[in-house]
Amino acid sequence: MLWNYKTSKVGDEIPSLKIDPLNLSDLILYAKASGDHNQIHTDLDFAKKSGLPNVIAHGMLVMSFLGRMLTNAVPHSNIVNFSVQFSNMTYLDQALQCSGKVIERSCVDDKEVISVKLIVKDMVGQKKLIGQSSINIDI
Amino acid sequence: MQNKLDRSFIGKKYNPLIFKVTEERIKLFSKATGQTDPLYYDTDFAKRKGHPSLLAPPTFLTTVAYEQEDPYKYVRDLNIDMGKFLHANQEYSYFLSVYAGDTITMHQEIGDIFDKKDGQLQFIVFKSTYYNQNEKIVAKAKSTLVVI
Repeated sequence: MLWNYKTSKVGDEIPSLKIDPLNLSDLILYAKASGDHNQIHTDLDFAKKSGLPNVIAHGMLVMSFLGRMLTNAVPHSNIVNFSVQFSNMTYLDQALQCSGKVIERSCVDDKEVISVKLIVKDMVGQKKLIGQSSINIDI
Repeated sequence: MQNKLDRSFIGKKYNPLIFKVTEERIKLFSKATGQTDPLYYDTDFAKRKGHPSLLAPPTFLTTVAYEQEDPYKYVRDLNIDMGKFLHANQEYSYFLSVYAGDTITMHQEIGDIFDKKDGQLQFIVFKSTYYNQNEKIVAKAKSTLVVI
């Protein structure tokens, strides 16, 4: 792997992740897997009645893509925390780009920790999620 | 517009939920989220890498809250219309990994209810703590919903 979290520096980009456009069957599968059967994610009529132009992706599905990018880049058990703010809705047929950047490297209780800023955008650059994660460095 | 949410629900504790983490459920979740790391869907691979069994992905604990007959009871408790709320914020702090075979108990309460923009946007904050079968905390979460 080109990027190594152990030797990472502030400003480093972590390897990004591209997500293919979501279709309705992706959302139905996620509803089943997560147990979140809120119909605004799977039923167009219900979404329209709720004032939305189309069904929207589960926010937690989009967060899971960021999680995938993180665990592709750092060992799972080194992730101390992981948080996101959902800024815009993700609709069907939108491809997504997940990216992250090291914004801090510090020492907490004798442990080295990096802090990573996370972003999910669609292909026209609209931010869907912004997030943060702290990752332990074990040397 | 949504009526003002009843602030007396702040501090309301829900009954603990017990969730048995199965291989099947982790595999389904991994498939639905497009996991490409076999730690999350190939038990033999996970064991070869030193894990006791299949590892649950970082956002897997979201499934626990839905493992009940009526996961949206709070929506009616608070008089919110289904379809009129969105997820605004999600935070996880991790203490231990979650594996297939674990039994997770979730304790959840309404941590806060507040509004912004002169009451046009109202927020509900849920705080959850997840324990494993050894009564160790595996994770804590804070979920904020916005009522639109």
